[in-house]
Amino acid sequence: MTLLLHQLRYDQKVFWRNPAAVFFTVLFPVVLLLIFATIFGDQTVGGRGGIEVTTYYVPAIITLATVSATMQTLAMSLVIAREDGRLKRGRGTPMPAWVFIAGRIGNSVVVAVVMLVLVSALGRVLYGVPIPWQRAPDLLAVLAVGAASFCCLGIALTALIPSQDAAAPIVNVLLLPLYFLSGVFVPDDELPEGVIDFANHFPIRPFFQAIFDAYLPGNGPALAWSHLLVVAIWGVAGLLLAVRFFRWTPRGG
Amino acid sequence: MHDERAPVISVHGLSKRYGEVEAVRGIDLEVRRGEVFAFLGPNGAGKTTTVEMLEGYRDRDGGEVSVLGEDPQRAGRAWRERIGIVLQSCRLDPYLTVAESLALFAGYYRSPRPVEEVVAAIGLEGRAGTRAGKLSGGQQRRLDVGMALIGDPELLFLDEPTTGFDPKARRQAWDVVSGLRDLGKTVFLTTHYMDEAQRLADRVAIIAGGEVVARGTPEDLGDRESQPARISYRRDGEDLSLETTTPVRTLNELTGEALAKGVQLENLEVTRPSLEDVYLELTEQE
Repeated sequence: MTLLLHQLRYDQKVFWRNPAAVFFTVLFPVVLLLIFATIFGDQTVGGRGGIEVTTYYVPAIITLATVSATMQTLAMSLVIAREDGRLKRGRGTPMPAWVFIAGRIGNSVVVAVVMLVLVSALGRVLYGVPIPWQRAPDLLAVLAVGAASFCCLGIALTALIPSQDAAAPIVNVLLLPLYFLSGVFVPDDELPEGVIDFANHFPIRPFFQAIFDAYLPGNGPALAWSHLLVVAIWGVAGLLLAVRFFRWTPRGG
Repeated sequence: MHDERAPVISVHGLSKRYGEVEAVRGIDLEVRRGEVFAFLGPNGAGKTTTVEMLEGYRDRDGGEVSVLGEDPQRAGRAWRERIGIVLQSCRLDPYLTVAESLALFAGYYRSPRPVEEVVAAIGLEGRAGTRAGKLSGGQQRRLDVGMALIGDPELLFLDEPTTGFDPKARRQAWDVVSGLRDLGKTVFLTTHYMDEAQRLADRVAIIAGGEVVARGTPEDLGDRESQPARISYRRDGEDLSLETTTPVRTLNELTGEALAKGVQLENLEVTRPSLEDVYLELTEQE
């Protein structure tokens, strides 16, 4: 446990000192929130009894930031560390492998929580979107399931990425279309019929809905079990693939 | 705890194949406590495959291996406490400073050496607060050695520690390795530079085509002692040279005759085949 905290402390240092990581994981979601709110600011979104578009984008950007802090950050940083030989080098020390992985996951979860707080606070201050204090436990539970699942998917994804150069393109090719199809970038009432049905089979849309329900319950309960189940199934699939295909040694040599 | 005189590494009939290619073909090695052992050979000779089997990264196909009394394929955390590894190529985390990189690794070991002590051992005093990404290639490599040294291991593996270095960086890296010997560490070093092996090693094994083709101290490697020495000189404006297996006698006759006749022997020189000559001859056959 002490060893895990030791590892996490250094993973945090490395994360916050890396300008690219901080930009894409922390600043980029904030910039997107500001841009979307500015472009679509005076519109309303159908469904859920008609809400302002700024209210829609707060849980949407929390969704994006969580996926970015977990799946994207892990996939990219683990591939870079693998190809640099750092994973292999760590395996040559007495440190158990699980500590290394757990440290990286802990790092992602810390960043995801920071983003939840940051985006919620910006939504409250800039756009008057109330922070759902009473449903904070539900929100954190959804975040926990989502973060765990997207971490597993991120680790599994490293097996598909052959080199450092390929990391960003592969991650973006998978995630960007899903953000669009899941209504994260474009409000879901603007999307053609069938698109959401398609997106419901992938983990981002159900996670977005679970975050949404915890943040602003529509008609149902704050904790959307059916959505969370889909996310968790993807997470378990990711875990199995990660256990089977994750490698510590560089692909290129 | 363990026998001080027992070999630190002992290898018998070690072999490894990748598909059709026999990368390592029945190698025998013995490394004694406290010595610097150089595993010398050209690129692709099987050096890294061998060292990675000793480090527990790769499984062997045949033979017996004992490193610090254990089989690397089955050894656990306690064994890893006792070894230090520098890989042939590893980029350090560019965002951690020298001191932080060492402190991170220190946390992995039960009784690490103090960070400041290791910083001094690798000659990076004054750079402790510099991020690894800002160090020169040679300095990064020394930090890499420091990270292998932080757990106070008995045995260090250095896989081609100076490949691609400029002469000054090589000298500094050599000083660090010489320092390891003074600390009583056993060092297993792979290299494709003869001068590196000559300069650093107590004993050398030369590998070519997956087999050990020669072994011994750098001085008597390839049986240089028994090979003919070459005596060259200039007499009456004519360059002459001769080979002899009894250089003392031949030289005595030569100079005695010159003194008796009152002639000069200019540029008189006795040379033995250099380690480089031996190395090139041995590895060329493959």
